[in-house]
Amino acid sequence: MAQLDNKLQPSKAIPFYRNVKVLALVAQIAFLLILGLLFWWLIGNMLSSLRRSNIPLSFDFLPQTAGFEIAESSIRYSATDSYGRAFLVGILNTLRIAVLGIILSTIFGIIIGIGRLSSNWLLRNLAGAYVELFRNTPLAVQLIFWFVAVILKLPRVRDAIAIDGIFALSNRGLTLAWPVAGESYAAWSIWFWVGLVVGVIAYVLRRQQLQRLDRPLVAWPVAWLAVLATWLVSWLGVWLFTGSSPLVIDQPHLSGFNYIGGVSITAAFFALLLGLTCYTAAFIAEIVRAGILAVSKGQREAAQALGFTPFQTMRLIIFPQALRVIIPPLTNQYLNLTKNSSLGILVSFPDLFFVTTTINNQSGRAVQVILIMMACYLAMSLLISLFANIYNSRMRLKER
Amino acid sequence: MKVNRFLGFVSVLLLAAFVAACSNQAATNEPSSPVEAAPTDAPAIGAPVAAATEAPAPAPTAAPQATTAPAAPTASGGSTLQTIKDRGELICGSNDQVPGFGSVDASGQTVGFDIDFCRALAAAIFGDPNKVTFRPLTAQERFTAVQSGEVDVLIRNTTNTLTRETVNGMDFAPTNFFDGQGIMVRKSDNLNTISDLDGATICVQSGTTTELNLADAFRAVGASFTPAVFEDANGTFSAYDAGQCDAVTTDKSGLASRRLSLSSPEDHVIMDVTLSKEPLAPAVLQGDAQWRDIVTWVIYGLFNAEEYGVTQANVQEQLSSDDPNIRRLLGVEGELGAGLGLDNDFMVKVISAVGNYGEIYDRHLGPNTPINIPRGPNAQYTDGGLIYGMPFR
Ligand SMILES: N[C@@H](CCC(=O)N[C@@H](CS)C(=O)NCC(=O)O)C(=O)O
Repeated sequence: MAQLDNKLQPSKAIPFYRNVKVLALVAQIAFLLILGLLFWWLIGNMLSSLRRSNIPLSFDFLPQTAGFEIAESSIRYSATDSYGRAFLVGILNTLRIAVLGIILSTIFGIIIGIGRLSSNWLLRNLAGAYVELFRNTPLAVQLIFWFVAVILKLPRVRDAIAIDGIFALSNRGLTLAWPVAGESYAAWSIWFWVGLVVGVIAYVLRRQQLQRLDRPLVAWPVAWLAVLATWLVSWLGVWLFTGSSPLVIDQPHLSGFNYIGGVSITAAFFALLLGLTCYTAAFIAEIVRAGILAVSKGQREAAQALGFTPFQTMRLIIFPQALRVIIPPLTNQYLNLTKNSSLGILVSFPDLFFVTTTINNQSGRAVQVILIMMACYLAMSLLISLFANIYNSRMRLKER
Repeated sequence: MKVNRFLGFVSVLLLAAFVAACSNQAATNEPSSPVEAAPTDAPAIGAPVAAATEAPAPAPTAAPQATTAPAAPTASGGSTLQTIKDRGELICGSNDQVPGFGSVDASGQTVGFDIDFCRALAAAIFGDPNKVTFRPLTAQERFTAVQSGEVDVLIRNTTNTLTRETVNGMDFAPTNFFDGQGIMVRKSDNLNTISDLDGATICVQSGTTTELNLADAFRAVGASFTPAVFEDANGTFSAYDAGQCDAVTTDKSGLASRRLSLSSPEDHVIMDVTLSKEPLAPAVLQGDAQWRDIVTWVIYGLFNAEEYGVTQANVQEQLSSDDPNIRRLLGVEGELGAGLGLDNDFMVKVISAVGNYGEIYDRHLGPNTPINIPRGPNAQYTDGGLIYGMPFR
């Protein structure tokens, strides 16, 4: 055979222009080259037109004074702060809405998804109607609906729906009584950390105990109990000792134009959170439903035969298996929610996108500002994907 | 294998197309800047030439120079006018949310004070005030639209500021409306000064000078406020109307205009404070002096026409006027229009189409309109105002 091959070789030598391998390589190089040239040209074109209009292309504007206020911020910010800090405010606002939105839409999505499979006719159909309604209308329309037709129609601040000292709801948002640091907070604050340490110790001990008893290793309830107990006891101790409570309730009250005190959820934040949650929950519900349906019927029947209640069957048998099917598409929904939060501009919520467009406009640095914004969104999305992948690989079936 | 061969073929085709496109561009370059067309493969010559023609950063090699070249011809060669003529219409960045200045009327026509300046330009170029497309822009969108060349000119209650002339890359034409920032509140709240507004929630539109001035003005008197920032005028004013804000701020012209579309206008007053100077002026992209001159002198022409009493009704008779000022304005004497690249009688076409400055003002903002803004600083300098047309000479 080998001999034959050798003999045939010379006459069968393929010219390079008909050699598939060479052609494939050339094609790929050419493609890359074209792509590179295209980018080169696009960038060159951009640079030259920027130069022509004397628009600078540097990032030295970041430390300059922004000059504009931002409606809400989770860090201290005022118009005298820098553009850089304004970016940070936008990033944090986006993270705040994304994290809360992800948590809430997951909870609602699971409830509705399970509801769609309920044997209760009303529940099943209500859940179905919900999904069809929210999945089949554009998010932008829903957001404007929530903001204009629901939130703005709430009573004005002077006629707010309120229980004095506890909460007030108006078309400017919701204000709630909230615990804040009292006089003796400094004395107590160390006990906060002590509590956490106690929790960790309790966790370790409880785990060892369970191991000895050969019982499921669920140690966190005891650990949290220990934390709370430490906090409560130290809190009472400090209170009795100093005569003033470490935490006092800050009660909202109407003063001048607005309610002050307590914590506030602004109308804009409320509308965006509501819109993103309702919309995304509809998609998550479908994913959850599909995940549950993917678990074979035998599992449910076996669980019932063993005497599990329907709730136990769902929690202990069906859902853990469904999770494997659910997590990958769920990650997509989380990414969507995060990116969709850029529609906050429609309801006046100062998320990264809104703040960025303002910075762009006020500083004139369109290219730089958009690059920064894209990098931020990319980083957030990659981070979410990373966490989801880690979780996913932990939940995967361990095949031995 | 078949796929691979196909891919290879397509790539080669693409490459060929690309090369062709490149050389094409180099070719069109030649007439306008012959020096730059050559250096594609001659770094030694290319680099110094680059340094000489494109001031800021001398290109390190000839290659980037060659790639940046295609965009260069539009630089200062005055091609905007040609582009507009070739296109057959002007694209005007405008407002559609401020009735009186720029809005869409019941019949779908775009109308307003600023809009008529767009029409005046179209008349100057084409002799037809309708050869214009309006591109409604929010405050946020407007500068990018100018920078990217999406609009030829921006006439949309835009304040002339140093930043906008420099880093935003724009050139402003003469101010067509002198304004100042105001604050509108509910009559029943009895508010008279900025200090009275301490702690109030204030609606403002983002991307405006007014959002900057607001912060300044409150800081100056040591008052605090909660901003509620919206993307467009409709959002800003409907939130104010719904009571989400205690006050709303923007240019006084904008307030006067939008007050009329609140649910009960008579319940609201514009406070007697002025936060800033807001000279509202048309703007073009920097780098085309001819186009900027055209926008500038059409506006001066409108100012002059009012000063000399040339109106839409009498412009034809005025062609036989003896006043040399009028004769030059209307192109009966001199070659002034040609200097701009327009017909010498461009102002005749403009005035026949939209009238003079005073007529435009009266039509949209005058005593017979619902807005009715007194001329004030926008009167002719001869009446104590700031409207002053530079001489047609
Ligand atoms: N003159 C100011 C403000 C101009 C401005 O944008 N005013 C608002 C409020 S009257 C407006 O015209 N909005 C209309 C829109 O965004 O569509 C500026 O140039 O920044």
